[in-house]
Formats: sequence, structure tokens, C-alpha cells
Amino acid sequence: MQITQLTAFDLLDQIKKRQLTARDAVEAFLKQIDKHEKTIGALITVLPEYARERADQIDQMLADGRDAGPLAGLPIIIKDNLCTQFAKTTCASKILIDYQPPYNAHVVEQLEKAGAIIIAKANLDEFAMGSSTENSGIKTTRNPWSTDCVPGGSSGGSAAAVAARMAPVSLGTDTGGSIRLPAAFCGISGLKPTYGRVSRYGLVAYGSSLDQIGPLGADARDIALVMNVISGHDARDTTSVPESISPKPDYLTKLDTPLKGLRIGIVKEYQSSDGIDPQIVAAIDQATKLYEQMGAQLVEVSLPHTQYAVACYYLVATAEASSNLARYDGVHFGYRTPNPEDYIDVYSSSRAEGFGDEVKRRIMLGTYALSAGYYDAYYLKALKVRMMIRQDFEKAFEQADIICAPVAPTTAFRVGEKTSDPLTMYLSDIFTISANLAGIPGISIPAGFSRDSLPIGLQLLGNYFDESTILQAAWQYQQHTDFHRQIPAGFIEQ
Amino acid sequence: MSNEISEAQVRHVAKLSRLKLTDEQINLYTRQLGAILEYIKKLNELDTTGVEPMAHVAPLRNVLRDDIAGTGMGIDKVLQNAPDSDPPFFKVPRVLEDSSGA
Repeated sequence: MQITQLTAFDLLDQIKKRQLTARDAVEAFLKQIDKHEKTIGALITVLPEYARERADQIDQMLADGRDAGPLAGLPIIIKDNLCTQFAKTTCASKILIDYQPPYNAHVVEQLEKAGAIIIAKANLDEFAMGSSTENSGIKTTRNPWSTDCVPGGSSGGSAAAVAARMAPVSLGTDTGGSIRLPAAFCGISGLKPTYGRVSRYGLVAYGSSLDQIGPLGADARDIALVMNVISGHDARDTTSVPESISPKPDYLTKLDTPLKGLRIGIVKEYQSSDGIDPQIVAAIDQATKLYEQMGAQLVEVSLPHTQYAVACYYLVATAEASSNLARYDGVHFGYRTPNPEDYIDVYSSSRAEGFGDEVKRRIMLGTYALSAGYYDAYYLKALKVRMMIRQDFEKAFEQADIICAPVAPTTAFRVGEKTSDPLTMYLSDIFTISANLAGIPGISIPAGFSRDSLPIGLQLLGNYFDESTILQAAWQYQQHTDFHRQIPAGFIEQ
Repeated sequence: MSNEISEAQVRHVAKLSRLKLTDEQINLYTRQLGAILEYIKKLNELDTTGVEPMAHVAPLRNVLRDDIAGTGMGIDKVLQNAPDSDPPFFKVPRVLEDSSGA
């Protein structure tokens, strides 16, 4: 099998057995990038020299018989809102277009310590605000399954890159579905861990109480491999959960345990959801039937407040964004307007010229929700509804071990289809957003194809800090299906 | 149809957000924010009396550390991304008018 078609697991195995060098692996993926980046537009920065140098170091370590780490020689692509000292970190925004971070994100340190090789930084919706990657201030990313379609967002570059096999795995971030939606649209697997599981140190903040970093890859085992390296306590993020509260497991150990007796929750309210593509309903149905055959037990659960999740999210996330993005002042770092009228104009014009439309829209909505006279009616109300959404999940997880749901109401939509109406775009996240509000983990895995040959995603939601069970359920499903093994035509090396 | 937010309110919010917007943008945002706020009104269907507001997710309170000085990253690194600087300072346009008459 060609190198770019290998899973991370198999690639690492071959490198470990010295059947393949890290340099061979890096060269194969750089070649794939060279060939397809022009069509897909998944990447903001490619790091060929850096990657080759790292690969040679790792090959030397392996030749010397030293331990080069659990991900030794694994090429990986990371979203460009994760700080890297060795490459610009733009957040796909004009305001950070030349920003060179003075430090590495925690996940970057962890990956490098484990021997992974960062070969490129991926495109995103500006500051991770969007569901299609069309809000990027740098480029539009195309879906490898159909270049007329969006890859989903905001981690659209990270997802499209894996689907096009530019890397076996990538990192994305998920504030309202930004890993799971693009994973579904691009026919790959993507995990949003529990809030607090992965340190956010060095992740450029959008909605701090919602943001989580997570892996994308072909299957659940590749995701578990990366989770083993990036998760765990880090004192530099005060919301990172210490070992004493939730010890970090080995995410690989439970994958092969049979599902017999696992209680899978089917959400009552999602059965009658309007506006969901019947092909997606049918695919989810089939998946739950398969789970039953595998020995799982289906139980009905109720999430009565998830219909309020989108409204709640767009107050909470934008309020946090308005405060987080106040740091872009044209003074300390980032873009400054060339000819300011006065010192206030340094702020106002730098921000007006540096931020794109959607970022401005969200800053304004959040500022409004927090402003005098509106705080109680909007922000405080949203925090109370957020509690009700969380309580729904707490009740549901008394009856079920995991919950099975769609990822999105549609398959990938066409480029330009939803850009003129922000609200319609927001509703793409209707099934993913509640997990961020509650803080629980969720995974999106491939579960079929539409009549137009576009991937359909299945979402598995887990209880707090129980990523292991959804990874197990995902991996077991992948032992009985082959949707996750499909690679779009044209991206298979000749 | 009355809009959920007026043009004057949008101008005020833009000022609070330190965003210099054109009249055309104010007009567009008035319509778009109006539509989003109209949708958000949905939350008023819910009776939230007695519900505790949820500020964050993690099962943590008051995360403290020992009061031990660490090392900073150094002035060079702090200033490396500044649009204008005069080490060890950030440089900005004049803030106060020259009042000495000199």
C-alpha cells in the first residue's frame, strides 16, 4: 500500500520496524501536498525544511537505538490557531498575518516530544468562527469529495487535508462543532474531548469556556494514538483538569473490548427534527441497528433543551469572543492601520481593517449581549439555559452510556450557498453545539454516503471524561463497516 | 416589522467594540444582528426561574499555585510582534496634546 494511504497506526509500525524511514514518510506526504494543495487549499503554511530536518533527527535517534517517542516519525498537520515558535500563526486573519508566536502551544510541545513531525498549518474560518471555512481571510478550502462543496468548519483545512491524505492525522479545535462538522463533511473521524481534557495553552482563544483541541484522522484508533499524547494536565491552563480529578487513561486499551451490554441513547427529540436530510436519518438508523446486532442495547433518552442550544451558544460564545478579541489593539502585536487619525483610531481602524465580516459580527453581538441594560436579558439568560442543557445530558447519561446522533442536518453544502445569511450558517451546528455548552466529549465518524457521493457522519456523545467509551464504540463500528477506509477519487497515489 | 436592534444601537455597539464601520456596514449589521436577535428571542420561551447560571464547565474552583517567581520570556520576545516599538517600550501615536505651548 502507498505510504499516504496508511493509517497513522500502520505507518508508525513500519517506521518502528525500520521498514520505512521518517524521512520517507515526510517526503511522501509533502509530495501529496505539492500535488493537491492547489485544488484543495487546505493549508496556510507548509514546512518542508523544518519537517525534513525533524525527520532526519528522528531517523538518527532510531538508528542509534534510542527511544524517539510513541509518535516517532508521524507527519501531522495542525490548525493555524495553535501557536508555533517555528512558524507563523495567523488564525486565517489579516490582523495576525505576520504573527510569529514567542512560544509553542502545549499540544505542539507534546507532539514534538512524542516524535511527531508538524509538516503544515491548516486553514480555518478566521479565529475559528464559522462552519464552512469560507470565513478564512486567506483562502477558501474545498472538499476533496466534491470541490464545489465546502469542507465544513471551522477546522476545514485540518479535515480536508486528512481526507486528501496530505497527512494521516491532524489537530483541530472545536468550540461549537468545529472538529466534528468538518470531519463529517470530509468523511473522516474527529474527536472533541471533554472540556479540560486537553490544555488550551497556546490555542488562540475564541470562546474560552467552550474551546477544546482534538485530533482528526481516518479512524478511532489513530485518534486514540494522538489523544494519548496531547491530553493530560498542564498547569499553564487553569481549566486543565488535574490527574487527581480525572486520571488520564491509555485510550488504546479499551478499543477492542466488545460492546455487549453497552447502553446507547437514541434522542427522542431528534427523531422528529424538521429540516434534516432523510438520507442522514436512514444512515443513523442503520448504524443503530448495527450496534444492536453487536450486542448494544438501545434506550430512548430525552434532550428537551437542545433546540435552544444554537441561540444559547451565539450569546455565550460571542460574549466570550468580544472580550477575548479585545487584545487585538494594533499596539502589542498584529496589524496596525498605516495612518491613524488619533490614538483611538489606532484601535478602531486597525480592528476594522484587520478583522473580517463574521468576526466583526460576533464581536458586536457579544458586546451587545454584555452591554448595560441587556446583560440580564441576554447573557445571564443564556447562562441559565446552558445549565438546563447540561442537566439534560446529566439525566440522559443516567440511562445511557453513550448517545448516538447525527452530526449535521445536511451533507456538505456548496461553496457560497450560505455565506449571505449568517443565521442559516449557524444552524449547521444544531446537533454539535450542545456538547460544547455541556462540556462533554463527542466524536464524528463516517457512516455512509449520500446519493451525490458525499460523506455522512455519525456522532457519538459520551459522559464527562469518558472519551474511552466513545472511541471504543467508534472503533467497534469501524470493524464492521468500511466507510472510514474510503479515499476520494484522485487522491490515491498512482 | 420592527427590528430587534436599531441603527443607533449598532453604532453605539460598534463604538464600544472599537470598530470603525462604514454607513453601509452599519446598515448591513443592523439587519443581520436584528435577524439573529429575533432568533435568540426563542430563549424567552423557557422559564429559568431559580436556575443557577452556568459560568463554566470544569469541576474546578479557585485554581491557585505557589507564589514562586518564574522567568519571563524577555523584552525582545515580548516586542518581536509589535507594529512599532522603541525597546523596552511599545510605541504608539501621541495620546496627550502638547499643552506647554512650546
